[in-house]
Amino acid sequence: MRLEPARRWESLILVLLVGVCVWASLGVDGFANASNVSFLLLDTTEIALMALTMTLIVVAAEIDLSVASTLGLSCAVLGRLWNAGLPIELIMPICLLVGAACGAVNGFLVTRLGLPSLAVTIGTLALFRGLAYVILGDQAVADLPPAYTGLATASIGPLPLTTVLVAVLAAVAAVVLHATGVGRAIFALGSNEEAAFFAGVRVKRIKFWLFVACGVMAALASLVYTFRYASARADNGTGLELAVVAAVLLGGVSIFGGRGTLAGVLMAVLLLGVVRNALILADVANEVLNFVTGLLLVASVLAPNLGAVRRRRTPSPVEGNSAP
Amino acid sequence: MNMRTSWRPTALLAGLVLLTAACGGGTTRSDVAAQQSAAPSAAASSAAADPNAPLKQGLKIAFLPKQVNNPYFTVADQGGIAATKEFGGEGKEVGPSDASASSQVSYINTLTQQKQDAIVISANDPNAVVPALKQARDAGIKVVSYDSDTAPDGRDVFVNQAGAEDLGRTQVQLLAEQIGHKGKIAVLSATPNATNQNTWIDFMKDELSKPEYKDMELVKVAYGNDDDQKSFTETQGLLRSYPDLAGIISPTTVGIAAAARYLSDSPAKGKVKLTGLGTPNQLRKFVKDGTIEAFELWSPADLGYLAAYSAAALASGQITGAEGETFKAGKLGDYTIGAKGEVLLGKPTVFNADNIDDFDF
Repeated sequence: MRLEPARRWESLILVLLVGVCVWASLGVDGFANASNVSFLLLDTTEIALMALTMTLIVVAAEIDLSVASTLGLSCAVLGRLWNAGLPIELIMPICLLVGAACGAVNGFLVTRLGLPSLAVTIGTLALFRGLAYVILGDQAVADLPPAYTGLATASIGPLPLTTVLVAVLAAVAAVVLHATGVGRAIFALGSNEEAAFFAGVRVKRIKFWLFVACGVMAALASLVYTFRYASARADNGTGLELAVVAAVLLGGVSIFGGRGTLAGVLMAVLLLGVVRNALILADVANEVLNFVTGLLLVASVLAPNLGAVRRRRTPSPVEGNSAP
Repeated sequence: MNMRTSWRPTALLAGLVLLTAACGGGTTRSDVAAQQSAAPSAAASSAAADPNAPLKQGLKIAFLPKQVNNPYFTVADQGGIAATKEFGGEGKEVGPSDASASSQVSYINTLTQQKQDAIVISANDPNAVVPALKQARDAGIKVVSYDSDTAPDGRDVFVNQAGAEDLGRTQVQLLAEQIGHKGKIAVLSATPNATNQNTWIDFMKDELSKPEYKDMELVKVAYGNDDDQKSFTETQGLLRSYPDLAGIISPTTVGIAAAARYLSDSPAKGKVKLTGLGTPNQLRKFVKDGTIEAFELWSPADLGYLAAYSAAALASGQITGAEGETFKAGKLGDYTIGAKGEVLLGKPTVFNADNIDDFDF
């Protein structure tokens, strides 16, 4: 039986992941033990959370580059309201609403005004981050309740609580994407929006809610981030959107939409985390680290499309013969 | 129109919020403050210091600067690594290439994994690094902060490059002399949360409130985020927004170099005075071409050197970080730990065209 391209790519990522883990366990001191595994998983939490909804968006042939700025804005709101004396239990749902609002702005501009999501979310990337600075300025709010900051770094054995959160949400996202009508609709509109539209898929509505979900997830990631570092600042998570998009692409989701699985993306998040962790432990310089991550990314975008590129380069015999 | 139905889940969420609010009894800021003041203050290290204990051999000491490839930290960490060689230890520098708040945390965790004897850190965010540093300390690792302090419960000792008050006030004095105590001035700082820059700026403002500076006005504090490009454009912006600006103080090595580069190629060269904290090698040509009259700094190599000896003294049990303990820091001589576990390096040096060639760092 021939595996579909997406499946083959995931197997490759899995092999790479296992390979790197085996290499690091044998060759890198301090890699294979419970506390390091727990650090590693903690470090990938926010990226994993945002990668879940980013996967859905990219499968739908859109992109949201504003997630890290939404995270920053939500952190800023949290800090400002906490300073104002509101209870944290009230602030948290407000932050999620802020995330939803950010997503709704993106969704509105993309679906109702028909603007390309790449342009829209580059704009809101700057807009939301700017707003975060307006709200919290240069302050760092650090006197957060220990009960919550403790929760964000707590773990059951080597398994951080935040990883349990990621696992639960990943299961939900996987079911939605791979086992429901909505999921099939997302794949359909990602492959061919027009065909999906004529087949009765409510294209705009689905896309709108995907952006909202992305915003809410970024806000959720902001709560984890703030409590994990016990520091709410306007510049929290700057640049994280690249790590998220990187993981999604490395996970085998096609940047052109219509193809990809959540399992692949989660493995890619882990792969990037493990590579980073192992190289830092092995005292590899930061520049080399960025170089390796970049190389993995270029390979991930290149490899699945290599076949397609070759097909485009060499004209098919039929076309060749039809020439006069 | 499906928008109406689409808003239903949002309304549900809003309802949940109100419900939570109505339930009340949440955790607020004042609750946390009350809990913290009620909690007994952390007991001082129970181990007694033995001032006569010899420095242990083969100590592994890691330097974690705000960012690697920053010339200032490179010199400081080289000073520190040189010190570790003197007492038979093993020093190394690791760290992130961006000076962001949380990127240091994974490095701290890694160093904990590697079972270093001591971590010497300059904190990008005084609070964000504390949970990770606490774990490191629980694992028996000694923590020394240098250059930029962490919250006190994150470290054993803070090696302070120079009194914040001295630095803040002398930079204003340096600039005031150059502009004749008159005109609009601006500050080009590092990140908005940089601990030491903010403290210095507070002392600058305090100094400026004295009567002899009544004709000087601080019009803006700009932030270059210790990023060369950003600092460069911020300088450009300052000159554009305040065409009559008399001087700029940049209390960060990245900022002052970027500002000097901008000024040296602009018509404002020599007219808008620039001073602050920089290294002689970095600013030599700007002092020679007249962009900068004078600037100041402590010796970063000595700072790293002293931090390394403090770390070794802690790891060998000579000191615990309590006020009044003394230790010997190689060629720099004897140091005493002050209040809040601080060790003070000394007064800053002023560099100008006359003396800059005597220094090489």
